[in-house]
Amino acid sequence: MTSRTLEIWVGIFVAAGLAALFMLAMKVSNLAAYQTGPSYEVTARFEDVSGLKVRSPVTMAGVRIGRVKRIEFDDEALQAVVTLEIDKRHNRLPRDTSASIYTAGLLGEKYVGLEAGGEEESLKPGDRIRLTQDSMVLEKLIAQFIAKFIEDKNP
Amino acid sequence: MTEALRQLGLVGLGFFQRLGRAHLLLLAILAGVPPLFLRFSLVVRQLYSVGVLSLLIILVSGLFVGMVLGLQGYNTLVDFGAEESLGVVVALSLVRELGPVVTALLFAGRAGSALTAEIGLMKATEQLSAMEMMAVDPIRRVLAPRFLAGFLAMPLLAAIFSAVGVIGGWFVGVGLLGVDDGAYWSQMQAKVDLYDDIWNGVVKSIVFGAVVTWIAIFEGYDAVPTSEGVSRATTRTVVHSALAVLGLDFVLTALMFGD
Repeated sequence: MTSRTLEIWVGIFVAAGLAALFMLAMKVSNLAAYQTGPSYEVTARFEDVSGLKVRSPVTMAGVRIGRVKRIEFDDEALQAVVTLEIDKRHNRLPRDTSASIYTAGLLGEKYVGLEAGGEEESLKPGDRIRLTQDSMVLEKLIAQFIAKFIEDKNP
Repeated sequence: MTEALRQLGLVGLGFFQRLGRAHLLLLAILAGVPPLFLRFSLVVRQLYSVGVLSLLIILVSGLFVGMVLGLQGYNTLVDFGAEESLGVVVALSLVRELGPVVTALLFAGRAGSALTAEIGLMKATEQLSAMEMMAVDPIRRVLAPRFLAGFLAMPLLAAIFSAVGVIGGWFVGVGLLGVDDGAYWSQMQAKVDLYDDIWNGVVKSIVFGAVVTWIAIFEGYDAVPTSEGVSRATTRTVVHSALAVLGLDFVLTALMFGD
């Protein structure tokens, strides 16, 4: 084999390897989700955010418009403070938008769902979403259900 | 009694002497790597024999491993109505574990044994001594290019293995068993993390590549220069590489995903 064909084969090999890495990064991993364009932050306070994670999606009408940036605990109010990073293009959310924590499917991932209100003014960077609804904890629901069930049986 | 103790001591000393020689050889090889960038054609030739010639076995094994994962994963997941998660199962098992580990085992069998046999025969036929006679350092001229080639080829081969495996899983899951095409890719993209999963897999494959190539080169260079010695060295390369890869995989997994 001449050294020229040998070099071409090595070139093909290296290109295939790099293409495979590229495919893993772009097509298999969440790299596309990392590339958030310019965005602004708003905060929301919840009593219970169990299951929500940093980088969980933020959706409105089922469409992803941002992600959770930070989750902190406020020692004063004993509440969870969630910072949401929302795409700059969606900067006309009404001020009285409400935020709830939902579960995708019965046991799936938690995400923050926003529901639009009716006010004219829109949310500004750094604003706080006042209307919030906590994460639904399956254990609590089941406990409530069982308590109700026992109560009904033995009045 | 004392004779038994003496034998034990001899075995222990022999083991540590080999370990020491292996590390000294590694240092000498690493010292010989930087000058190679001025004569990269030496490395390209080795990349051909280590990388290009391993491509076929890697492509075929990757495809079939991915297809088997797709089939097995589907049969388990369908009981829970979670066959949409097939993409996650296939991609995570390939990228985190099977890609680097199976590629390293195949690499040890295909490229490592060839390296040992080649270097061992060079030693047995006194080609290495002849080089020394001509004031050419065999470590720099023969061993260092092979080490660098193995080090570079392994991560590329592992990436090809994983990528082909994901396509194989897609072929079985989406093509034959009727999993939704969009769900396969979107669930995968939602759950596979670029740093945690893909990058850690690449780190694993780099470590395995260096270790397997190191073992192969050392066994060849340290072989008893007879036909029997070379054959034993080749066997040892495959066995020791496989053990090292599997043991290291546990350590690396504990470090990366342990918390």
